[in-house]
Amino acid sequence: MKPAFSKAELESDIASRFGDVFKLHEKTTVETLSTGVDEIDALTGGLPRGAISEFFGPASSGRTSLMYAMLAYATAHEETCALVDTNDVFAPTTAAAAAIDFDRLLWVRCAGNLEHAFKAADLLLHAGGFGLVILDLGDVAGKDARRIISSWWYRFRRTVEDRPTVLAVISEEACTRSCAALTLELQGAAEWSRANSEKTNVLPMRKQMPAAIQPLTTPGNLLCHNAIKASRQRPLSPWVNESQFKAASF
Amino acid sequence: MFACIFAPQLSADLSLPEFAYGFSPLVEEVRTGTVVIDIDGCELLFGSPYQLAKEVFERAKKFRTEGGLKSLVSVAIAANPDAAIHAATHLQGITFVSPGEELTCIGEFPVDVLDYSLINLEKKVVAEILETLRLWGVRSFAEFASLPVAGVSERLGQAGIKLQQLAAGKTERHLRVKQPAPVFAHSLELEHAITELEPLSFIFARLLHQLCAALNAYALATNEVCVSLQLESQTTHERKLSLPYPMRDHKVLLKLLLLDTEMHPPQAAVRSISIACEPVKPRVLQNGLFVPLAPAPDKLELTLARLAKLVGEENIGSPNLLDTHRPDAFSMKRFTLVSESRKRHKTADRQLAIGNQKCLGFRMFRPPLRAIVQADQGWPTQVSAWGKQRSVYGKVVNVAGPWRTTGDWWRDDRWARDEWDVTLERSGQQTLYRIYRELKSENWFVEGNYD
Repeated sequence: MKPAFSKAELESDIASRFGDVFKLHEKTTVETLSTGVDEIDALTGGLPRGAISEFFGPASSGRTSLMYAMLAYATAHEETCALVDTNDVFAPTTAAAAAIDFDRLLWVRCAGNLEHAFKAADLLLHAGGFGLVILDLGDVAGKDARRIISSWWYRFRRTVEDRPTVLAVISEEACTRSCAALTLELQGAAEWSRANSEKTNVLPMRKQMPAAIQPLTTPGNLLCHNAIKASRQRPLSPWVNESQFKAASF
Repeated sequence: MFACIFAPQLSADLSLPEFAYGFSPLVEEVRTGTVVIDIDGCELLFGSPYQLAKEVFERAKKFRTEGGLKSLVSVAIAANPDAAIHAATHLQGITFVSPGEELTCIGEFPVDVLDYSLINLEKKVVAEILETLRLWGVRSFAEFASLPVAGVSERLGQAGIKLQQLAAGKTERHLRVKQPAPVFAHSLELEHAITELEPLSFIFARLLHQLCAALNAYALATNEVCVSLQLESQTTHERKLSLPYPMRDHKVLLKLLLLDTEMHPPQAAVRSISIACEPVKPRVLQNGLFVPLAPAPDKLELTLARLAKLVGEENIGSPNLLDTHRPDAFSMKRFTLVSESRKRHKTADRQLAIGNQKCLGFRMFRPPLRAIVQADQGWPTQVSAWGKQRSVYGKVVNVAGPWRTTGDWWRDDRWARDEWDVTLERSGQQTLYRIYRELKSENWFVEGNYD
């Protein structure tokens, strides 16, 4: 008795019995939407449309900066975007500096109600026509995020799979489980230009950014942005579906 | 067949078209006091055309309360509407013009009474033709009609041909039917007051269906639906649905109306319901092949209404920055799809602006966390803050600031504060926060964190 079969053996055995009926056909092309960050685009190939992309990491790891970059890129390319803001943390003043076009952004503030956030995301995905829907769970504690039942994520995956919509989830810990086609962990470190400088009696004024498009802003003397370190969480490319992933593991 | 009713002595408060609608739905008002009606198919109601003309003549003599005009009218029936108009205008009583024998009836009329406005000719052109006819010695309709068509065409042109056909009673045209003014409002009084939404939804559905059918018949849509509910408490509950795009799908309007009623329910049982809508031209949109998809307007409206019910109307929309330096100053505006003209204008600029630059993200704590800050010579060294949803505490390992911002000193809600950017370390994890101290109250707050 043969203890194990290789994948090739199994495939050839099945092919001899049933032909190519059960042969897995790989999707050769997947439409993607750029994140607006070249480094992440080079690493991931962009955000796969019709799938869930998850970005997680601790606070100050660059999740919000990445979210702004995604929104800025998508709105600049005429995509209609929606942001489900679970904890009402979106800062329009800062977002304007990131060149996000507010006329194409639907902002849904859920005031900390996780159930409302998921229902709102569900409504937006079912409405269709949105190029990018972001579910911001960045301030939801890890233990709460882990309690989110899987059926929500399966429902979202099923809803977006036939639409050109990107569902991006921002969270502190990975919570979409196997439903995300792309999962990135962000590990950021702040860089300071001249922190702990000498005391002075002069109090500088920090101006808020006006509504018009402005070039890069520097809040205080903090450097322009965190270094976003991305790593692929799962060996799962966007165009390999779940069954293929299992087959490959087998 | 056509019947022309001519009422030369009609009082100003009476409407001849309204009188004519009593005989036929196809009514053309030629001018005040003259109407033409199409009487084809009226035989079952009024008998022969002559009987109909007699009925018109007799009813017109009756009082207004009996559906009459209380005046004498002239009625002429002809196969040609223009011949009927000429006959009714210049012959009193009832005139019946047999088909093909128009000239035996109107042939003796002088050419000067030709009603050229019926064939849209200019007065100057007609005056020249009539002068030519006078020089030729042509005096009556019959004489003008007997002229050879080719000769008239050569000498008087197309205007002459049209005028000759008018004189002969051989013009071909359709009635310019006067349409009754459309009504885009419906109401219903109930025998028993309704206290629940479900039975109300059936009545809404019926009224909206009628409204949308009327809009559809006139190729119109609506961008405003007004609902008025008369309540048992002798008050009126009024709601107005303003739509960003004209629509006439009764299912969508019903869902929007039900969602709105759920959010703003009437305070008592409903006795009567009135729904009116503002008719506007429907939206015409040409999508481009390479333009990214956008939500369908009707679906978007439904989604926004459902979201408004879920999280509250004030919590959805597009952010709108206010023209002030006050921190976190913004308002919410209604989310609408960007129009095509604005798309082209803004997109190129914005793509150029974002380039590949990145902006440091900031997560705003609303409301800001009240903090306890330990300071060494004015510099924060330890921060502790607790809120319902989050807590912030740790040792300050990096600090920058302060930046003083003040504004609106002439108002009660003026602000003045010193801001600091701090890195707090907790369990080996470093996080960047913005903290500030209110100068008036000397209290510290954590405004948010950089991310």
